[in-house]
Amino acid sequence: MAVMLQSVGMASISATFPDLSDKFSVRCSVPVIRFDASSVPGWIRGTRKAGKITAKAVAAPSENASSAASKTGHELLLFEALGEGLREEMERDPRVCVMGEDVGHYGGSYKVTKDLAKKFGDLRVLDTPIAENSFTGMAIGAAMTGLRPVIEGMNMGFLLLAFNQISDNCGMLHYTSGGQFTIPTVIRGPGGVGRQLGAEHSQRLESYFQSVPGIQMVACSTPYNAKGLMKAAIRSENPVILFEHVLLYNLKERIPDEEYVLSLEEAEMVRPGEHVTILTYSRMRYHVMQAAKTLVNKGYDPEVIDIRSLKPFDLYTIGNSVKKTHRVLIVEECMRTGGIGASLTAAINENFHDYLDAPIVCLSSQDVPTPYAGTLEEWTVVQPPQIVTAVEQLCQ
Amino acid sequence: MSQLTHRAPTHLKPLFAALFATRHLTSASASTSPITVETSLPFTGHKIDPPSRSVETTPQELLTFFHDMALMRRMEIAADSLYKAKLIRGFCHLYDGQEAVSVGMEAAITRKDCIITAYRDHCLFLSRGGTLLESFSELMGRKDGCSKGKGGSMHFYKKSGGFYGGHGIVGAQVPLGCGLAFGQKYNKDESVTFAMYGDGAANQGQLFEALNMAALWDLPAILVCENNHYGMGTAEWRAAKSPAYYKRGDYVPGLKVDGMDALAVKQACRFAKEHVLKNGPIILEMDTYRYHGHSMSDPGSTYRTRDEISGVRQERDPIERIRKLILSHDIATEKELKDTEKEVRKEVDEAIAKAKESPMPDSSELFTNIYVKGLGAEVFGVDRKELRAVLP
Repeated sequence: MAVMLQSVGMASISATFPDLSDKFSVRCSVPVIRFDASSVPGWIRGTRKAGKITAKAVAAPSENASSAASKTGHELLLFEALGEGLREEMERDPRVCVMGEDVGHYGGSYKVTKDLAKKFGDLRVLDTPIAENSFTGMAIGAAMTGLRPVIEGMNMGFLLLAFNQISDNCGMLHYTSGGQFTIPTVIRGPGGVGRQLGAEHSQRLESYFQSVPGIQMVACSTPYNAKGLMKAAIRSENPVILFEHVLLYNLKERIPDEEYVLSLEEAEMVRPGEHVTILTYSRMRYHVMQAAKTLVNKGYDPEVIDIRSLKPFDLYTIGNSVKKTHRVLIVEECMRTGGIGASLTAAINENFHDYLDAPIVCLSSQDVPTPYAGTLEEWTVVQPPQIVTAVEQLCQ
Repeated sequence: MSQLTHRAPTHLKPLFAALFATRHLTSASASTSPITVETSLPFTGHKIDPPSRSVETTPQELLTFFHDMALMRRMEIAADSLYKAKLIRGFCHLYDGQEAVSVGMEAAITRKDCIITAYRDHCLFLSRGGTLLESFSELMGRKDGCSKGKGGSMHFYKKSGGFYGGHGIVGAQVPLGCGLAFGQKYNKDESVTFAMYGDGAANQGQLFEALNMAALWDLPAILVCENNHYGMGTAEWRAAKSPAYYKRGDYVPGLKVDGMDALAVKQACRFAKEHVLKNGPIILEMDTYRYHGHSMSDPGSTYRTRDEISGVRQERDPIERIRKLILSHDIATEKELKDTEKEVRKEVDEAIAKAKESPMPDSSELFTNIYVKGLGAEVFGVDRKELRAVLP
């Protein structure tokens, strides 16, 4: 069930699947027809297909146990899901190749590309020297000839060395060549604050890349969306940057056996609610869901949306949520200055100002290099108690 | 036969030039009979045996060289005037003096081979099948330009001709070039990539990174250093500890070529293509010279003397060399060559006139080609009232 892109105005339809639940949340697969993602109601064209939405709160364990026996799908960890998606795409299209440091013989520093080199050979799963600038450039050159390379940055922070290639040649080449060349690359790698990895290895590059025209950015957060986004990114004709998180690689989940591809421009409704819209992505989703448990006990009903698509924002889903709840809290891991949250705040204010009952609150990391000491590191990143406090203040 | 002159196109495919050329020949049978010419200087090799100095060519080819180089020279000089008339804005880097590299390379390869270069790309674009109209329109930012007016002087591309641009950032095209070679190897194309850069870019780290990878995986990449001895405003001896750029590859073999001699360039490129398909990358250093400054904002005389420039023009000019060859082999008369130059001048003037009539791009073009099969996101212009468009 591939993503279908229709031409005039309509966009993608994500696949429908049986409801799956995990420890933290219910994932709703809602087929949404995307189009001109404008906020203004008058502009909305196209129909909205009704889909199955199960408005469950945080899943109760007893429900899981009863249906566990009849569950379809297979369980795996997030890094395995990424690997599975990658492998399926490489089997499907011989033009897909992987390039990066330690991806081949070593199997990938986070095991995402494990065993791929054995299956597809050294040329398709290429171990590069430690030269980010040039191997990124090389992948882009290969994309110009028609290949579909997947570039792995061992850590997203290292891709700063390749910034020129990503900004100029990846993002802008389609435009400056007047449409002659497409660059269907995927740039992926782990980023974000880990466990005491130090300042240089804890960077959030989504804020640096967000202004680059011509690229798409997505962030995965669960094994389900990791595999779906990986496949969608590889199939996209545009350059896509897929942000993974160092601490999420070992998340376990049951995902469908059937093939599925998710939409790159769509946000995920994690938990529908009425009182406040909480927008988040990547690891902060889990902090938010933890805070949501506390909030539910206190009587609040937060709506949690994992925005997934960092560029462009899924203003349609976000807009509908804002119109319902009238209060927005953004929880992100980027720095306060110039982060994704800052852009999202501006976008929501511009487009949905009339629907807001309170100013948007954005919780982001502190504007500091991530310290090594464990306690300090904890304080740089948003923690669940802070989220709870912010919601309480917002909902007064 | 007069039909041929009117049809004499702005394309530079040797076939057309050959048809054009037969008009000049007194005996048609001489047009393809081989002539052997010695290159001006012997080749110098680094870790490789250089090819022989004797190059085979034909009268037809020499006339093609003359016509094509005259066309390029004329185009660049016309671009100079257009820039001064403020019809071309921004950056404009001219190639006059270096034409031999372009025509010599094209003579040795096919359209399946790829060429990628930096911003001094107007003439390479022509040799790969670009038209004068596309070139001038792009320079003036018009709709009929090769990149629809959205790229400019530094972003000429011709996918159908295997010309991959056209890049503004010094040295960034070399890893791209190695990527093109990677794609060729992956697809088992039996074709090669010429990744061109200048003596200034030769000091970029990404070049050595790319060279390492190309050598590691035996990619069919030929790195061509167009050494015009000045990196922007700085002479090579002031920027490079070792100005022997063909040796800089260390473990990668290199060849030093007289870049003002089109036949030497052709010989070297043919040799390099054969070598690279079997053995992995090679570096070619083309010893060449540019008459203009680095770009139109550089007079070109503050860091070199006018005597030096005119000296090179008198002794090493590529077009003059071919002219002398043609005359000494009685392939055409002085008058016929002068007529060719007049024809070329007319062609260029016509193309400019046509390009001036080409309209500016539509304002909706601001938002096209950002994404492929776009996303439907809305984009506002600066004042939020105009230029509203849906990203297509």
